[in-house]
Amino acid sequence: MPHFAVLLAAAALIGAASAASAGPTLDQIKKRGILVCGSNPGIAGFALPDDKGLWSGFDIDFCRAIAATIFNDPTKVRFVPLSAKDRFTALQSGEIDVLSRNTTWTQSREVGQGFEFGPVTYYDGQGFMVRRKLNVSSALELSGATICVQQGTTTELNLADFFRSHEMKYDPVVFATADEAIKNYDSGRCDAFTTDMSQLYSERTKLGNPEDHVILPDIVSKEPLGPVVRQGDDQWFNLVKWTHYAMTNAEELGVASKNVDDKLKDPNPEIKRLLGSEGNFGDGLGLTADWAYRIIKLVGNYGEVFDRNLGEGSKLKIKRGANALWTKNGLQYSPPIR
Amino acid sequence: MSAQTGGAAARPRIWNDPFWRGLMLQGALLAAVVALTWFVAGNAVDNMHKRNIPTDFAFWSNPASFDISQTLIPYSATSPNSQVFWVGLLNTLLVAALGVILATLLGFAAGAARLSASWLVARLAGFYIEGVRNVPLLLQIIFWYNVVLAALPDPRGAVALGGVVFLTKRGLFLAAPVARPGFSAVWIALGVGMAATFAFRAFAARRQRETGMSAPVGAVAAALIVAFPLIVYVAAGQPLDFDIPKLRGFNFVGGMKLSPEFAALLFALTLYTGAFIAEIVRSGILAVAKGQSEAAAALGLRPAQTRKLIVMPQAMRVIVPPLINQYLNLTKNSTLAVAIGYPDLFNVFAGTTLNNTGAAVQIVFMTMAVYLIISLVTSGVMNAYNARMSPRER
Ligand SMILES: N[C@@H](CCC(=O)N[C@@H](CS)C(=O)NCC(=O)O)C(=O)O
Repeated sequence: MPHFAVLLAAAALIGAASAASAGPTLDQIKKRGILVCGSNPGIAGFALPDDKGLWSGFDIDFCRAIAATIFNDPTKVRFVPLSAKDRFTALQSGEIDVLSRNTTWTQSREVGQGFEFGPVTYYDGQGFMVRRKLNVSSALELSGATICVQQGTTTELNLADFFRSHEMKYDPVVFATADEAIKNYDSGRCDAFTTDMSQLYSERTKLGNPEDHVILPDIVSKEPLGPVVRQGDDQWFNLVKWTHYAMTNAEELGVASKNVDDKLKDPNPEIKRLLGSEGNFGDGLGLTADWAYRIIKLVGNYGEVFDRNLGEGSKLKIKRGANALWTKNGLQYSPPIR
Repeated sequence: MSAQTGGAAARPRIWNDPFWRGLMLQGALLAAVVALTWFVAGNAVDNMHKRNIPTDFAFWSNPASFDISQTLIPYSATSPNSQVFWVGLLNTLLVAALGVILATLLGFAAGAARLSASWLVARLAGFYIEGVRNVPLLLQIIFWYNVVLAALPDPRGAVALGGVVFLTKRGLFLAAPVARPGFSAVWIALGVGMAATFAFRAFAARRQRETGMSAPVGAVAAALIVAFPLIVYVAAGQPLDFDIPKLRGFNFVGGMKLSPEFAALLFALTLYTGAFIAEIVRSGILAVAKGQSEAAAALGLRPAQTRKLIVMPQAMRVIVPPLINQYLNLTKNSTLAVAIGYPDLFNVFAGTTLNNTGAAVQIVFMTMAVYLIISLVTSGVMNAYNARMSPRER
């Protein structure tokens, strides 16, 4: 029960001994022997358990990368599926170490709720899906429409903004889970369904007849998605940040899971620093010198992870677009390791 | 044997005096509870400060920034979060109040039906009660929601009843009455009719007590409360317009709307709680000794009179206390609204607002307090009713 979770979290905040909250997250994880990662309950491409309960996806691989760098074992992660509404309480209360669940970085979430957002792992934007037979070609034609949306998302807020700024009317039907929202859109309760573009493609595959639905071209918001941690543990925040930066730097330098062992002999000093054969950049993170090598070897670089979960190597075939490296006209730009 | 000294010696030490000892124990307990509360609250605030979680009520006046589909009071995305609270509370009270009324009607009917002499009626009632009582409510809510949605057409193929009622997947659209200036006369007539009915009832009761003559109270009430305002309405030139819903673009506009979420939730709550009330009513009726009806029959009362004057007043004593529980259950169960997206207090305030503001502790406590207050008021009213209506034992 989602609300039970909220109550539990509230209770945890009340009961938690003050000292327990100060302990560095990484120490706790090492002692526990496993990373606890908040994930999406199920959205193909980002986070989905298979019939054996084995999780895969873009957000999942990010947590596996963290586990790889800490434990040299990407399977040392326990995933806690969280609905949009429950994810922040779960993080606040300390139930999870990191939230990696297509979560949009916003000012109020970061500053107002005591969080720290990591680097943007996926640049997204909100869109709409409608039935093909409605013959709607733009979101601006949706005045008067009934729209299914998930509770506790930026989607719900952007929806209000979009219709308000265009002085159009609509009826929101708000569900606690994405499954309910998409199912009721499918059953005809709503004229349109709205969420982040990437998730629209994924949710469309859950419909009875995906072919009967079109995704409108309008992108009505900025949705920078990335990992989230609690404020107050800078070492842990740095580790999460640099996990992503290691992966994008690796892609930029042409270091991938297949060639990482050969690259150990590469004379390029940037690669040497990345893979830990020159200097020890893991130290300040509480990690070993081969911290980035582990990520690349066991999970892959950013491009590989994108490709196998969302891109050409997946069913979704999403283009890199804004998520290409800055050297390829995209926005993925990482500070150097030095 | 000196009474004087004996009196002084008989006064026990203060900790041996049951009155003072009780007081001290109660005081110590109270102090412990206060201290514990103080500690817990302080600890919570401390933890929240450390994690930069808001501990104040600044969120209360910040704009909500999201829309709500059913609002009984003015609301828009620019309204403050406080307005979300009121919108949600009213939506909760609406579904709970209607649910209590409908479940009571259904429950009394089904409870009586289960005791019916007619084999078929009794079996049908039993079938309903046992079937509904034993399936989880959440499942029933989702079932009815899906049945409602599956059965209904899109707005463009709406089922139109008499051109004033339209049934679609978007909801039930009804012509909305719009009063013209002269309509206040009808309200006045209704008020006068109701006052006159009360007066007549009091008069009839007194006359019956004094002379034994009974009066047709039902017929007189119908004339005063229904027929009289109706005559005034016609005489005033039917001062009522109807705003008829019309299909425009995606959906019907104008008129009144009943959303499928509301309909499914109300229906499921009524059906479910009605089944429990039916059993309570049955047990209440069965608790009245058979000799009571036999004695009434011997006195020459007709069966209907026996039921109304002898059986029910005694049965109500047994019925009301568990009935209160059912009302409280219904109100609390209305929080299952969240499963189908009905915007009740729990859904919009303890759900969306909590999520958007991060003020989890404040909002959870406020919401719990609201349900507590609703429950206390409901049981207070019902207990007062029970105390007043119970036949006095002699
Ligand atoms: N990026 C947005 C939306 C994220 C979101 O929750 N998206 C929905 C898409 S429908 C989802 O993944 N829901 C899965 C679930 O809760 O079952 C946010 O951070 O608020």
